[in-house]
Amino acid sequence: MHRPHPGPAVDSAAATLSARGLAFSRGGRPVFEGIDFELWPGQMLQLLGANGSGKTTLLRVLGGLLPPDEGELCWFDEPLRPADPDFLQSVAYVGHANGIDADLTGAENLRFAARMGGVDGSPERIGAALRSVRLDPSSTTPVRALSQGQRRRVALARLALLQRSLWLLDEPLSSLDADAGDLFLAQLSTHLHSGGMAVVATHEPLAGAAQTLRLQG
Amino acid sequence: MRQAFLAIVLHDLALAWRRRGSVAASLLFFVIACSLFPLAVGPEPQQLRALAPGILWVAALLASMLSLSRLFVQEHADGSLEQLLLSPHPLALIALAKTCAHWLTSGLPLLLLTPLLAQQYSLPAAPALLLSLSLLIGTPVLSLIGAVGAALTLGVRGGAVLLCILVLPLCTPVLIFGAGAGAAADAGLSVVPQLSLLGACLALALFLCPLATAASLRISLE
Repeated sequence: MHRPHPGPAVDSAAATLSARGLAFSRGGRPVFEGIDFELWPGQMLQLLGANGSGKTTLLRVLGGLLPPDEGELCWFDEPLRPADPDFLQSVAYVGHANGIDADLTGAENLRFAARMGGVDGSPERIGAALRSVRLDPSSTTPVRALSQGQRRRVALARLALLQRSLWLLDEPLSSLDADAGDLFLAQLSTHLHSGGMAVVATHEPLAGAAQTLRLQG
Repeated sequence: MRQAFLAIVLHDLALAWRRRGSVAASLLFFVIACSLFPLAVGPEPQQLRALAPGILWVAALLASMLSLSRLFVQEHADGSLEQLLLSPHPLALIALAKTCAHWLTSGLPLLLLTPLLAQQYSLPAAPALLLSLSLLIGTPVLSLIGAVGAALTLGVRGGAVLLCILVLPLCTPVLIFGAGAGAAADAGLSVVPQLSLLGACLALALFLCPLATAASLRISLE
């Protein structure tokens, strides 16, 4: 009953994530409509648009946090059901909020994420994920005492740890310094080269995006 | 799935320990509220003894309301609730785990304190323990019903007051059976009927409330 997960180097004849005529309105006002795309393994779709143009809302619809008003979202050519565990097992989402508990340390946050995501949360793997974003795994400082950029890094370390095939990222570069930004872009390109996919909402175009959707507010 | 349940409970207990100030605050509220009544009503032992089960139950109900408002708020603000919704586990199971952790940090300490506080009301040991037993069955129901209200009022301005208005009426059956059990115990009658009714409330709440909480969380995050 489990559909294959498009892990690294899995070829698939069908577009992995596709949308047809996706529309969403809030309070009678359309946020976006007529969104069509097909995303294949190894591709990145970037969502461009001004503030308030609906990038975040579209990402939330893609992740299943919001049901679309119209249109269809398909995963491996099958219509996506709400809270489909197979789909959720393949998605990693980093939103506006980092999704980490401020009272825990970075390592504790990642350990919990690993247990919830059903992946190996051994200290070695967590240490490696934190080191990949240049954070100290042995730090006992709760996230509360870290800077915005460092919190963002913890959230991005979660991406490295969970190894999901589809990344949904909302302004991933926000509050990162130049070094951390480059580090993240390298992480993203490794992910794409190993057959992963990404949908990235951003206000400045990213290199390496196979497709671009411009949203008008 | 059991692993995810356990992971959430342990995670929330660890978080409660880091934020132990707010856990202690609702416990302190319970102790103070229970201690005010003997001072206000007067030192007449018979009268206090008759009032004890009702007062302890109302105080427990109000103390659990205090702690409920923080059940999902922090997670909602820092985005971890979104991450939980996006985890591949059933949301009802996640809601049940969070409710369970909430009860362990708010309901359980209350019923451990109750025999001690009952001394102020000159309630003998046996009825005091039976009163604790009724709280043992009843307080999980308060947490379960309260979780639905906490999920519904997420992100609403003035949510804490709205939460009380929503949840307190739903908790009245538990209050009636719970305080009734305490009163029956003190009168030397059988407490089995009240405890059975409380047990029935718990069974119903265990089945329905996690589903309702999950649905409410989805609505709140839209």
